[in-house]
Amino acid sequence: MTGTVRDENSGASRPELLKITGVTKAYPGVVANSDVGFTVGEGEVHALLGENGAGKSTLVKMIYGLVRPDSGSMRFRGQAYAPMKPAEARRLGVAMVFQHFSLFEALNVAENVALGMESPPPMRELASKIRAVSEEYGLPLDPDRMVGDLSAGERQRVEIIRCLLQDPKLLIMDEPTSVLTPQEVEILFRTLRQLSAEGTAILYISHKLEEIRALCDEATILRRGKVVGTCTPRERSARELAEMMVGTSLTPPERHPGEKGEVALGVSGLSVKSPIPFGTSLKDVSFTVAKGEVLGIAGVAGNGQDELLLALSGELKVAADRLRILSQPAGDLGPVERRAKGLVSAPEDRYGHAAAPDMSLIENAFLTGSQRRGLVKKGFIDWAKTRAFAEEVIAEYDVRTPGPDVAARALSGGNLQKFLVGRELNQSPSVIVINQPTWGVDAAAAAAIRQAILDRAASGAAVVVISQDLDELLEVSDSFAVLNEGRLTKPVPVQGLTMDQIGLMMGGAHGMEVAHHAS
Amino acid sequence: MIRLEKRPTPSRFWLYATPPVAVLLTMIVGGILFAVMGKNPVEVIRTIFWDPLFGEFAFYLRGQLLVKAGPLILIAIGLALGFRAGIWNIGAEGQYIMGAIIGASVGLAVFPTENRLIFPVMVLAGAFGGWAWAMIPAILKTRFNTNEILVSLMLVYVAQTILAKASTSFLKNPEGMGFPGSRNFSSYPAAQNGYLIEGLGLHWGGVAALVTAVLIYILLTRHIAGFQIRLAGQAPRAARFHGVNPTRLVVLCMGISGALAGLAGLFEVTGPAGQITIDFNTGYGFTAIIVAFLGRLNPLGIVLAGFLMALTYVGGEMASTNLGLPAAAVQVFQGMLLFFLLGVDVLTNYRFRLSGGAAVAGAK
Repeated sequence: MTGTVRDENSGASRPELLKITGVTKAYPGVVANSDVGFTVGEGEVHALLGENGAGKSTLVKMIYGLVRPDSGSMRFRGQAYAPMKPAEARRLGVAMVFQHFSLFEALNVAENVALGMESPPPMRELASKIRAVSEEYGLPLDPDRMVGDLSAGERQRVEIIRCLLQDPKLLIMDEPTSVLTPQEVEILFRTLRQLSAEGTAILYISHKLEEIRALCDEATILRRGKVVGTCTPRERSARELAEMMVGTSLTPPERHPGEKGEVALGVSGLSVKSPIPFGTSLKDVSFTVAKGEVLGIAGVAGNGQDELLLALSGELKVAADRLRILSQPAGDLGPVERRAKGLVSAPEDRYGHAAAPDMSLIENAFLTGSQRRGLVKKGFIDWAKTRAFAEEVIAEYDVRTPGPDVAARALSGGNLQKFLVGRELNQSPSVIVINQPTWGVDAAAAAAIRQAILDRAASGAAVVVISQDLDELLEVSDSFAVLNEGRLTKPVPVQGLTMDQIGLMMGGAHGMEVAHHAS
Repeated sequence: MIRLEKRPTPSRFWLYATPPVAVLLTMIVGGILFAVMGKNPVEVIRTIFWDPLFGEFAFYLRGQLLVKAGPLILIAIGLALGFRAGIWNIGAEGQYIMGAIIGASVGLAVFPTENRLIFPVMVLAGAFGGWAWAMIPAILKTRFNTNEILVSLMLVYVAQTILAKASTSFLKNPEGMGFPGSRNFSSYPAAQNGYLIEGLGLHWGGVAALVTAVLIYILLTRHIAGFQIRLAGQAPRAARFHGVNPTRLVVLCMGISGALAGLAGLFEVTGPAGQITIDFNTGYGFTAIIVAFLGRLNPLGIVLAGFLMALTYVGGEMASTNLGLPAAAVQVFQGMLLFFLLGVDVLTNYRFRLSGGAAVAGAK
């Protein structure tokens, strides 16, 4: 069910705003875009759908003037369009909200907005403009607040308002909902629909299919840098869209819920001050995970996920009895001793935290596997054994690499993640902690990683999955809790949870209503 | 327009090609410098690079190479260990001086013993002196988060002041007729670091340098401490995740580099220098920084780099005595070497790309 290519103009009764023809962009070793073409009408909400690495980001970077195409042409508002830099694109009416915000945490909202403008008006005037725009589009935001104190959703509003102040004709949004609660997503969608009704076209990048079905008028589907189809998302099921995007049919992971065993990881009254500037300190976090159980921890980024991982992995130490591994106090132990007790962990940031980017896969296998796989003898490293361990992980988790000697940074995000998750899972752990197991990983690899986690749980490991992807958590977890401003809600069974309940657990929409904690 | 583009993996070719290319560029630009100064560039370059090895006085100068290379290698290997871990000990010169003073003091305290054990004890005292001096920036860093670059560098000037004091008062030769400087170790056989092989210029310092190179090479490639050092330098957060204790690592690296610098100082003062004087130190501690980088922070590379740098020392002295080249010109020449090395080093991780404005159609 691939390649349902339709006539470009059918159904597009809107006047043409942006037309892209035959755009190609190659980087050394990879063709990011090959002969890509599509059209966006005025006021149209157009989805760019594709897996990670399909070429969506490169494509919009070309439209925004950050990258220049090797060949092909673009037309914008009837004129030939080849922006040399983002300022030129902005001047012509193209604005972009990036996935990763470029905001200064120590400055307030208005100052941040002013920094992104070509010729900012005086501060007081700007503040009143920000208030006006934020009210008009239902995006509550106080221009005097410090950005460091804002939630991720509020920070995104800063970026959006910065764009709206320039009155764009085309607004590009790169994965905008990955940092939002379900309620915040609703607010964002209302704003985007309003903009669309007023004639601003939106180019919406995502791999979340339900969102695209809910929001977008048209969709262009990319796979490996090529357009493989266009469609009207409302007329397709999410599964059809997914299969167009991936090119194969997908099978959801299998679950074999076993008997819950004794408690393997117990955390009680854990409070940790964040070591990160503007980080979120953990406040009185308590939970237990039994053998064979998967606890899913949801929450919008920046609510203490990184700190929780550091506290569980042993990079942050706490009082001994705050954390117990198999009933033994372990809070005051470092990563080495916690691994020895059976707790392994996988941090979110793969390039620099979970792995050393410039080191080989063999060395990265040693990074955490040294104790439990017995790779050290009297202080000396057994490289032959380490190589065998790396090769075992590569083979078992289908890591695509020329060999174990290549640097970790040469692997794509998904491949490296498969390696890093496999590295932890193959140490016969009794407790597994994973932060964002499939962030930035393509759908096929993500499915494989989830399956591997579930298999470990089925064979008796206790698993904590911290993620911002609710679908993922609902798929793998037995129990569910939310981390919100450093506090963890009481874990509840996943069965029977509704999206609404989850949204309320997540604190609803920041700034819109009082947080209710479901119990 | 020329742009720099990051390579997917570091280039092995440039990793090894960088030092020779840097030497070549130094010769060319240095040659231009000498020409501007009114010297014949070919003659100067030949005097620096060729004559010490194959010239008229090579039989003597070749021996000088190891005398100069020994301390440079010994210090540079210690520094490289820290640099690998992202710990920047810039004050090896001070640790070198303090090693010499403490080690010499121990020997001079029991003058004129004939017990042969005094020399090994002095060697230990020298290593201790350098280690202790390096512990000051190490502890300030781990306790108060001070910058080890600044503290270790400033301690060089403190060490120099102590050295001046030592040679004019507390270590002054009582039979020296009022001249500054300690007793000369050449007339103190039990404590002297004599040549083991005269013609090669090999003394215990050279032996220590070569043995250390092998040991540190093994540490870095085979031992878990070496892995942790490399990991901490390349990916500090991954190192914490692995379980490296940053405090212990700083103490370890500063300690080893300080102790090796102290050793070099002791071997120098009891051997080639012969006595503690106000200026017995000849800047080996600073030059070793260049040697460490020239050798790619790799112990075996540092051995080669040490000899190359020794060549510019010996040849540079020849050039200044025979051709009247100012000593500063030779130092500029050595500095150029580091400059070009770091400049060319960019090519290991990046490559040049010619990017024409609108793009080349049909590029793959």
